[in-house]
Parts: sequence; C-alpha cells; structure tokens
Amino acid sequence: MEFFHRATNFPFMSTRKLWYALSGVLILISLISLFTRGLDLGVDFTGGVTVQASFPAAANRDAVSSALIRAGYPDPQVTIFGTSRDIAIRLPPSTQSTEAVRERLEQILHGVDPGAQIRQVEVIGPQVGGELQRSAVQGLLATLLLIFGYIALRFHTWRLSLGAILAVMHDPILVLGVFSLTRTTFDLTVVAAMLAVIGYSLNDTVVVFDRIRERFHGSRRLDPVLVLDQSINQTLSRTIMTKVVTLIVVVALYALGGPVLKGFSEALIIGILAGTYSSIYISSAVALDCGLKAEHLLPSAAKRPVDNMP
Amino acid sequence: MLEFPRWKYVLVALVVLTALLFALPNVFGEDPALQVERKSSLPMDNFARQSIEDLLRKQQIPITRDYIDNGRLILVFNDVAAQLKARDTVDATLADVDRAALSTASRAPAWMRKLGLKPMPLGLDLRGGLYLLYQVDVNGAVSQLLETYEQSFRRALTEAKLPFTEITPINAGAGGNATGLRITLPPQSDTSALTAALKTVDNSLDFQVRTGQSGPEIDMVLSPAQIKAREDYALEQNRTTLMNRVNELGVSEPIVQRQGLDRINVQLPGVQNSAEVKDMLGKVATLEFRLVDTQDNPLQAEQSGRAPLGAKLYHRKDGSAILLKREVVVTGDELTQATSTTSNEGPAVSIKLDARGADSMQRTTRLNVGKPLAVVYIEKSRRQVEINGQKVERETNNESVINVATIRGVFGPQFEVTGLTAAEARDLSLLLRSGSLAAPVDVVEERAIGPSLGQENIDKGVRALVIGMLAVFVFMALYYHAFGLVADAVLLANVVLLTALLSLLRASLSLPGIAGIILTVGIAVDANVLIYERIREELRNGVSPQAAIRAGFDKAFSAIADSNVTALIAGLALWVIGTGPIRGFAIVLTLGIATSMFTSLMGSRALISLIYGGRRKVAQLAIG
Repeated sequence: MEFFHRATNFPFMSTRKLWYALSGVLILISLISLFTRGLDLGVDFTGGVTVQASFPAAANRDAVSSALIRAGYPDPQVTIFGTSRDIAIRLPPSTQSTEAVRERLEQILHGVDPGAQIRQVEVIGPQVGGELQRSAVQGLLATLLLIFGYIALRFHTWRLSLGAILAVMHDPILVLGVFSLTRTTFDLTVVAAMLAVIGYSLNDTVVVFDRIRERFHGSRRLDPVLVLDQSINQTLSRTIMTKVVTLIVVVALYALGGPVLKGFSEALIIGILAGTYSSIYISSAVALDCGLKAEHLLPSAAKRPVDNMP
Repeated sequence: MLEFPRWKYVLVALVVLTALLFALPNVFGEDPALQVERKSSLPMDNFARQSIEDLLRKQQIPITRDYIDNGRLILVFNDVAAQLKARDTVDATLADVDRAALSTASRAPAWMRKLGLKPMPLGLDLRGGLYLLYQVDVNGAVSQLLETYEQSFRRALTEAKLPFTEITPINAGAGGNATGLRITLPPQSDTSALTAALKTVDNSLDFQVRTGQSGPEIDMVLSPAQIKAREDYALEQNRTTLMNRVNELGVSEPIVQRQGLDRINVQLPGVQNSAEVKDMLGKVATLEFRLVDTQDNPLQAEQSGRAPLGAKLYHRKDGSAILLKREVVVTGDELTQATSTTSNEGPAVSIKLDARGADSMQRTTRLNVGKPLAVVYIEKSRRQVEINGQKVERETNNESVINVATIRGVFGPQFEVTGLTAAEARDLSLLLRSGSLAAPVDVVEERAIGPSLGQENIDKGVRALVIGMLAVFVFMALYYHAFGLVADAVLLANVVLLTALLSLLRASLSLPGIAGIILTVGIAVDANVLIYERIREELRNGVSPQAAIRAGFDKAFSAIADSNVTALIAGLALWVIGTGPIRGFAIVLTLGIATSMFTSLMGSRALISLIYGGRRKVAQLAIG
C-alpha cells in the first residue's frame, strides 16, 4: 500500500499566493473570534469551583440548574460531562473548603435526585488561576523563542527560522480560533496539547527543511522554487503517513479517553491537521519569499565574496 | 551487504530485556491493602505481625496474604469491604501503638518486590484522593522573625541596663511589609554601647545610627539575602511540618513537595474527608508559659481595656479575665516533645523542654516559689476582615489561659500540663510533636477525586491506549508489510521501555501521562516512517535492496535528530511550566522521545539487519 505510487510533482510554490490567502483568512477569523468572543477559560485559569457528579439515570440539566439558582448560586454552569448520567457544575470562586462545597452541593443534588453522587470537587483560588495563565503564556513564548534559535543554529539562516516560526504560530492560533468559535473550555490540558502541536508541526517543517538543505547540497545552482517544490513532494508521503498514524491514536484518545481528555485530544486533532497544512504550504513558501538561496544554507561556500573589509 | 555489529545486537537485547523486567510489575494489578506501622518508629516484627493476624482472624476478616516491607506490615485483602473493616478493627484496638493507613499492594510475585521492582505509582486522578496546594505567607515569616528580634533586643538592652524609648517596625518592603526595626532612644544616649549590646543578639545584623526627631535612633534593616534566607527557611520548615503531620494522619504514600517560591503541594491518595485533614494540617497551635501578675486588678484592666505596664490581659476558658506578666518564661519554640497522657486531674500533655527553655523555667520557678504560673494555649487562625471596604486576610491569635498552678518547687525540663479536654490534649501533642509551622499557610487550590472516578479514568485511558495502538499496528503492517511488522515490534518495545523508565523513576502516572504514552506512539512511528520512506525512495532510484536499507537509515538520521530535538524543546518547556498532571504529561513526552530515538534507530535497524543482513543476496524487500 502506498499513498502515492509515483513520485508526486505538485506545484506548491507557484500557487503559494492562494495558500497565503487561505491561511490569512483563517487566521483573521480566529483572531476576530478571539478578540470578540474570547476563550471559555477553564477553572484552571479563572479560579473557581468545579464539581462532577453522576446520577443513577440520565441527568436533568435544567433541574440541576434551577435547583442551584434556588440555593443561591446565581449563575451556575451545568454541562453534561461524559455519559448522559454525568454532569459537571462550575461555580465562581469560593472561600469554602471542598468539604463544605461538597456537603452543600450534595444537599442540593439530592433534592433533584436522591441517588446523585459527587465524584470530584475542585476548588481553585483566583490567584493560582492568574499565575497559571501567566506561566502558560510564558511557556508558549519561551518555546517559540527556543525553537527559533535552534532552527537558526541548525540551518544557518533566519529565513528558514522565520518560515518555521510563522508556520508554527499559525497552528496554535487556529486551535485557539476553533476553541473560541465553538466555545470549548480552554484549560491547562489544552495548553499542553498546544505545546505538543507546536512540537509536531515543527517536526514536519524540519523534515522538509532537512530535505531542502540536502537538495541544495547536491546542486547549488538549482532554482530555489524547483528545489522547494521537489523537497516538499519528496517528503509528502512521509508527512501524510506520519500524520495519519498520529491521528489514529489521537482519535482513539478522543473517542475513548473520556471527558477529561476531550479538550486535550480535540486541540491535538485540530493542531495536527493545521500543522500538516502549514508545514506543507506555509513554512517553505515564507522562506522563499524571504529570498532563500542555496548559499544561505551552505555558509562555508558563501563566505568568500561577502566580506572584503580589512 | 548489510552489517550490524554484534555488540549492538547485544546492547539492544540487554536494554529490552532489562526494560521488560522493570515494566513487568505493572501488568499484575493491585489489591486493597492495609499498611500498619508502629507509632514508636520501631520496625514491625513477626510477633506483632502474629498478634495483628490473630486480631483480624478473631473478627473473621480474611487476609489474602501479608508481609513486612520496610518495617511496615502490609495486609492484603480480597475486597475493599474487608480492607475497611480491618482498618476499623486495628484503629479501635491498637490505636495507641500502631497507625493503620489504607493503601494498595501489587499482585506481583514476592521475588519482584524483594528486588525492589515496583509498578508505577498512580496519580491522584487515577486512584482518587485529596490534593491541596498551600500558599505559605512568607512575609508573615519575616515579621515573625522581626518579632523575635524585638523581644531579644528588649531583653538585651534591659539586661545591659541601657534605656531606650521604643522599638518599632520599619515598613520598607514591597507592599509595606516590615523589613526592619527602629530603636528610638532618649537624647544623649551612648549609641556605640547600645549598638554593641544589640550586636550580642545577632552579630550578622547591620545597625545604622541616625538622628531622629526626639533623639538618636538605631535602625536595623534585614538585607535581601537575610529575607530570602528566612523565607526559604520558613518554606522548608513548613514542608517538614506538613510532612510530619501527614505522617501522623496515617496516609500511605503521601507526597509533600515545594512548588515555586512560596507554595507547598500535598497529595494524599485515598483521603476523601478534606475538612478534617485541612484542619489538622493547617493548624498552628502552641503553648506559652507566663507568670501571673498578682499586683494589679484584672477586672479594672478589662473595664478600661488597658493592661497595666508590664502586663497583658488574658482570658480563661470560662471567660474570666486574668493579667499575666509580659515576659514569656517558655515559648512554644522551646518545647521539644509532647505526648498526650492521662493524669489524676484528667487528660494531660506531657512536655519536654529544650536546654534554653529548661534553663529559663528552672530559673523562674526557683525565684518564684509560691507564686502562680499560667499556661497559655495559642491557636492561630486566619480570618477575613474588612479594612476600608476591602476584604483582607488577617492572622488572628486565639489565646486562652488553660491552667494556672502555684509553683511548689523548681521545675525540671519535663512536666505535665493539665486543663485540656482529651481531644485538645491529643491534637496539641500531635501539633507540638510535628513541629510548628514557621509561617501561616492558606489553601489556594484543592481537588478531591473520588475513587470510582479514578478507576474509570484508568479504564478509559488504558482502553484508548490499547485500541489506538492496535489500529496503528494493523495500519503499519498493511502499509509497510514486513517492515511494518518490524515497526510494530519496535513500537511495542518503545512502550515497554517507557513504562520501565517511568517505573524506575517512580514518576506517578496520571491521565495526561497515559495520553503522553499514546502520543509517544505517534512520535515513535514517525522515526520509522522517515526511515522506510527513505528506503522506498532509494529503491525507486534503482539502488540495491541492502544498500537502500543502509542509505535509508543513514539519510533519515539527520531528519530524525532535528525533528526530535524540536519536539524535545516543546516537552521541556511543558516540564518547566507545568505542575501536577501536566508535568506528568511532559515527563512522559520527553522520556518517550528519548526511548523512541533508541528503539527506532537501534532496535529497528537490529531487526531489519537480522532479516536482510549478512552476506545473503536479497532480491526484494517486503516494504509494501
């Protein structure tokens, strides 16, 4: 079995304006949604109380909601979590201990259905939430910087670094956009998934770059457009194969891993798809438009004429 | 011709076999167990084991097996019901000498346990339990230090007979926190003599003489290094104290660790009741001994709300007022040991003093025979108060005089204190024994995970892992034929290696950790795909099969290395920013990258060389 029986020869570079436009539109939509709708931040980031409970029969969300409102919780968020019998309740930050929250909610839920069972209580102080937000942003930025540095070091040119970074930033922005548009809860596990996505997306880009360097090594007089096209085509079956396999496991995780890992695996699925696209269509195209040439990748050969200062 | 050196075959085989051994304990599963240890910190012996076995047998609680591990008796049961009943039985009859904690015991055979081979510990999300994140008030620790200095300064200056007007805190720190003390002096004071006297308290302190409004002043401001050292000390001291208290609670495999600059996280597997645990862990309670001020009238002081000079107003437990001398005879820090006992007058705490405390107590009691001595019970708690419309947490001392006794003779370093209820005596002795918290703590994050949810998380995670891997195995075999099967073997080896490493490091496995293992499968596949695609490409270019294999491995190497390093960067970043389960994910991801590089570059090559290597002629490769 093979995805491509013959060597492919897709003209990725000459059609790059189209892909820029497509990515531009997607990023714009994501950013607009992020700035207008924002993200549905999880308790990890906002602080607050979450309670997971299960009912002997299908849970009645509205009944739970109204019981909570009657009990003096003004704006409870009640969602079905996992099976139809499980719910998650989210309440604003509280100074009560988990035990107090548990007791209070047990009373309320027993009013709805005496067989209700509380399975997990989380109380997160607002200051912890704020700190986690900061450290998540710092982690993302630090990762991007380190990667930029590594690629510049490894490939001797900022053109490729820039291409890689743009492609890599492209992916988490789209993940954020989808999370914002679909109002999926954005918690710490999603940040973890996004960092994994950055790693993955980069992985593809680096493999393509590696091939570009190899091609230029073979013959430095080749047209960059041709080299980039060939490199992407030659690594295409590997890129797609790897992503298919990774998607298989991530989809298994999404379908079977339970509600805790839903957001995590969703972010991975979106990120892997976006990453595959960006490493094929975006990263090399950016490098090309920055004027990538053979000598940028082979610095020893390029040194001679450049510097004639004493 | 395809050569693979013999020593590399041996290395791969050795690594995989060792990994299998370390990973093996994980497949046996666990039984509910009870862990019993001596309160006296003596190890369990066969005699004690026999008596506990007999006790449970009498109650008709079936024990599956039991053994002594690290001085603790581990009793294994068939079901949770027997486990709980056994705990209650041990608690009811042996609570004075033994401490029982619910735990789990691996079903792995005894020889594995004896070799120290243990399964990966499970995170709280997989086994249920209580997670607490404490915020340590490090500023409070600094002001406590200043208070101690203030007292010492007063004592030093009084002893040296050098007059001073007042000692006040200097609020120069961020947010107006006190970082120093100012000693205001009467005019024409001998500042050098004063400074010398102050230096006797602590020679490392820096004293600055300046001219104030009413006369000279001496400033002592702590250096940033001194503040940092104090904060660090407070955090470490608090961690130790929390650890001691957790141990007193009887929880199996608890984790108490520092997190960041001013946090401590406590993980208590199996614990469900948070209120009781939090109360015990966060409590700050201690005793103080002071002489009673018999010259002044406490009623008058209470009415006017002002205590006479040198005295402080207290209340007894029944609410009546009493005046005590300002000087403390013995502070809580000078208590070294406390055990709850019963005396003729009811519950009591037997107390032992350190050298300084004993000295002070001896001196005071010798000079004050016939006079009354009071015992003050101090419990610190945090309360929200409103200041200028803003809610602020304030530490409040709840002090009450629990006992006043007439001194009949000179006190030695050990004596008994009465006047407490049995519960108070027990709590107090526990708190004094575990050490005091050097700074107040506050719970800022709390998670309680029910045990059934944990089991469900394990089931789901493992099912996703197994099904995802099976799908990948089938797909790889279809796509790459024999090479696909090699890749499958390598993937399996990778999971074994990763499990072995995690078991070896005793890194606890959480649900995101399982997700990390699943993702590692994806990464490990990638390296193989890179190699195989390269081999196919070489074959298409008309290269001979064996040369194609060699070229495939060689040329794919730089791509594999580069792509793994970038993934490693992301993994390490996660490791640094993440806490709890996220860190677990990062550990798995980072280790997984390392193991996948080994298995795909070494393991895969070994297997393929075994199939196609040597001097035989290979006409075709089964690479799909």
